[in-house]
Order: sequence, then structure tokens, then C-alpha cells
Amino acid sequence: MNYTLDFGPVIDALPSLLAGCLGTIGLAIGGMVLAIVIGIGGVILRDSRIRQIRWLVLAFVEIIRNTPFLVQIFFIYFALPLAGLRLDPTPTAIIALGINGGAYAIEIIRGGVQSINRGQIEAGLALGLRKAQVFRLIVLKPALRAIFPSLASQFVLLTLTTSVASAISAYELTSVGQRVESESFRSFEVFGTMTLFYLIISWLLMRVFGMITTRYFSYPVK
Amino acid sequence: MSASSVSEPHLATKVMISMTHVEKWYGAFKALSDINLSVRQGERIVLCGPSGSGKSTLIRCINHLEAYQKGRIHVGGILLTDASSTINSIRREVGMVFQQFNLFPHLTVMQNCMLAPMRSLGLGKAEAATTARKYLDRVRILEQAEKYPAQLSGGQQQRVAIARALCMRPRVMLFDEPTSALDPEMVKEVLDTMIGLAEDGMTMICVTHEMGFARQVADRVIFMASGSIVEEAPPAQFFSNPTHERTKKFLGDILRKH
Ligand SMILES: Nc1ncnc2c1ncn2[C@@H]1O[C@H](COP(=O)(O)OP(=O)(O)O)[C@@H](O)[C@H]1O
Ligand SMILES: [Mg+2]
Repeated sequence: MNYTLDFGPVIDALPSLLAGCLGTIGLAIGGMVLAIVIGIGGVILRDSRIRQIRWLVLAFVEIIRNTPFLVQIFFIYFALPLAGLRLDPTPTAIIALGINGGAYAIEIIRGGVQSINRGQIEAGLALGLRKAQVFRLIVLKPALRAIFPSLASQFVLLTLTTSVASAISAYELTSVGQRVESESFRSFEVFGTMTLFYLIISWLLMRVFGMITTRYFSYPVK
Repeated sequence: MSASSVSEPHLATKVMISMTHVEKWYGAFKALSDINLSVRQGERIVLCGPSGSGKSTLIRCINHLEAYQKGRIHVGGILLTDASSTINSIRREVGMVFQQFNLFPHLTVMQNCMLAPMRSLGLGKAEAATTARKYLDRVRILEQAEKYPAQLSGGQQQRVAIARALCMRPRVMLFDEPTSALDPEMVKEVLDTMIGLAEDGMTMICVTHEMGFARQVADRVIFMASGSIVEEAPPAQFFSNPTHERTKKFLGDILRKH
């Protein structure tokens, strides 16, 4: 093999690659926040008194989990303008990531809610708390604690999935990297550097999840 | 009933709980049939009977953890309907203690006691904390206030659960086998707490097989079988002179076990 490594173009492009990292992190954080909101909201609505709402949540979860993300992001990117809503690639990508992650989060969080002992709920009701209060004050935290490792790995996946947003030219690491690569032809160096950056981002994310676990979920259990 | 109120001067004549012709179905299964029960203010009732006889179902109907299908239940003069506002106002008056304690694991002892007074009664934080300290002291566990439930023994957890219910200042306390999940050496501390409550005049319905407790504090012992009230009598009479065959057999079984 006669390939000589030349990181010069990568080093020259470092500022824009790092900015791409920030773009990726931004997409990931936006997507995760939206996914959490959809996840918790979906879990509540999935047990709604109104049957049509339950069906809607069920259909949403099934559709999202059984179609490719690339198709979803294209659909949102090209379908929203038809509905009169024209969004930039970055907000579109956040919405797509949030919707996709949210569908998985509904199923994961629901598992946590179901793991909560019925007695906890009854104790809350017997104390005169309303159902919504019981969910928010009594069920939610232990439920999230129970499934937090699964949720965290789902969110690492969501973070890596941000690279698909390059397909609609959202501003993130993969699209920046592709541009650098096509201008310099240093494929190995550019994609190698991107790989390293993605690894670092994932690692940082897991550190943050570890800190959240220590900070919010570290009450003792039997 | 009027005869016993003469012999028991601590009892007011005010009816706190009344159940008339109450029926409860789980689907096609009739769990309670024609329950008639009247509990006066300050009265202590012990409810016993074989497993599956409907004891839990009966007391859970009183705070509507279970809906009932026929008859009427009044608590503190209010008719218990399926309306959530009625249910909630009755639940604020009725404390419940469970076999499995059901403390909230993510909250400290103190927070367990403050949650409902703040969120359900709308008490301020300071007032809720004062109330919590008062009742934690009363069940003699104040020194553990900053611990989490998992750091306490079963007996301590159950005393916290009693304090948590008392923090709502209920007019009635329901106990569903509060000592059944406890190691034997912890039963006494919980029973002593309950005896203390009884001495302070709390209206109580206790599902328990602790017959010593029944003898000591009960005004009436009620025996259930197959979803019906079979026998009810003051403890002296209940234990020495049970009239029904099923009561005799049940008492025999209980005595053999203990
Ligand atoms: N949620 C339920 N669904 C169906 N059957 C139930 C339910 N809860 C209790 N039962 C039945 O009702 C009967 C009375 O139960 P319960 O009140 O728990 O009895 P006890 O407390 O005296 O042991 C039992 O036969 C039990 O199997
Ligand atoms: Mg029971």
C-alpha cells in the first residue's frame, strides 16, 4: 500500500469540523429534548380514556419504528412545506430526530411505568392525590430510573443518527466532513477524524448520562 | 348497637362510616355481598376472616380504591359516588396503611410525609414540615427523617407509613394487614403505634389477625367469609363465645398457627 497520510487538509479544516461537531451536538440535544417530551406525553396519551387517542399513539409508534429514518426525514422535509410550513434543514432535522427518538422513548418509558408497583399508585391515590399528580410526583422518577440505561443507549443512537441529517444538508459533522473530503480527496484522514469525533461525542454523552444518574437517580433501593 | 354505646363511653354517637347493602363485583365474581356496617366516631373495628374473604375489598371500597356496584357508602356524612371530586374529598379524610408499606422510594421519610399535605391539601412547605415532624415524632422515628425508605427496617417503614397517613389529619384510618409483611420482632412496634392511635380516639378499621391487638383495642370484631359479614361482636364475646361454625373453625386455625 502506497498511501501517504496527509492530515494537512484536515488540520486546515479543523475549525469547520469542530463547528460541525457543535452542530451535531445541537441536533442531538434538540432531538433528545423533543424525544423526552414526546415519550412522556405519549405514555400518558397511550392510556387515555379516549380510544381514538390510544390508537393514534399506537399507530404513531408502529409507523415510526417500522420505517427508515432517512425516509422519515425526507418526508418531513418535503411534506411540511406542502402543509405551508417551510423550515430550515436544522429545525427539520431536530423535529425528525425528536419524532423518531420519541417513538422509541414511548415504548421504553412505558416499560418503566409498568414496572412500578401498583401499591405505589394506590398509596398516592389514597392520600388524595389526583391521577396526574400521582404520575408526575410518584411514578415518573422511579420509572425513569428503571429504564434510564435503555433510554441512554437509545439517545446515543439518536446522536449518531444525526449524521443522516446530512441528506437534507443540515449543519452537522457528517455534512461538513463530506465537504472537506470532496475538496481534499483525503478520504481516510477525513473519515478517520470524523470517526474519532463521533466517538468523543458519544463518550461525552455517556458521561453526562452518568452524571444525571448520580444526581437524580441515586436514591437507595433495596 | 345502642347497648354497646352505653358500655363504651369513648364513643360518640356520630356515625363516621356507614355501608348499606353494599355489593362489589370483580367482573362476574361477587366479592362483597350485602355488606351492612356502621362505624361510629372513635370506634375501633377489627376485621378478620380467611384469605380471599373480601376484607381488603371491603376497606378499599371505603376510600374508593375499588368501586362498588350496589348499595351506599357514606363517609363523614358524604355519599361516596364515582365523581372524582367526591372521591378525592373523602380520600383526604381517610388514611390508609398497606401491608407492603408503599412508601415512595425516591423521597426521603420527610418528603414522603410532606408530599400529600402540600399537593393535596395545599399546605405551605413550612407548615407541612411542622406537621410531618410532629407525626414522625409521634411514631418515634423523627431521627430517621432524612433517610430513604430502603434504609429503614420493615417496622420502621410501616411506622413512617402510619405517620404519612396521619399528616393528612384524617378522621378515619384503615389498616390492611399492617403487620403481615413484617418480621416477627417488628410486629410489636407497629402494633404499639396503632394502640397509641386508638387511645387517642382515632376511628379505625383494622384488617388483622393479631388477636391480642383485637382483644386489647377493638370495640367490635367482625368476621368475614366469602364476601359476607358472618359475625360481629365485642372481642370478649367474639373470642369466648363465637356463634357461627365458620367463626369457630377460623379461630381454631388462627390459634393453632400462633
Ligand atoms: N382486582 C381483582 N380482580 C379480580 N378478583 C379480585 C381482585 N381483587 C380481589 N379479588 C378476589 O376477590 C376476593 C376477595 O379478595 P380480598 O378482598 O383481597 O380478600 P382478603 O383481603 O380477605 O384476603 C378474592 O377471591 C380475590 O381473588
Ligand atoms: Mg387482603
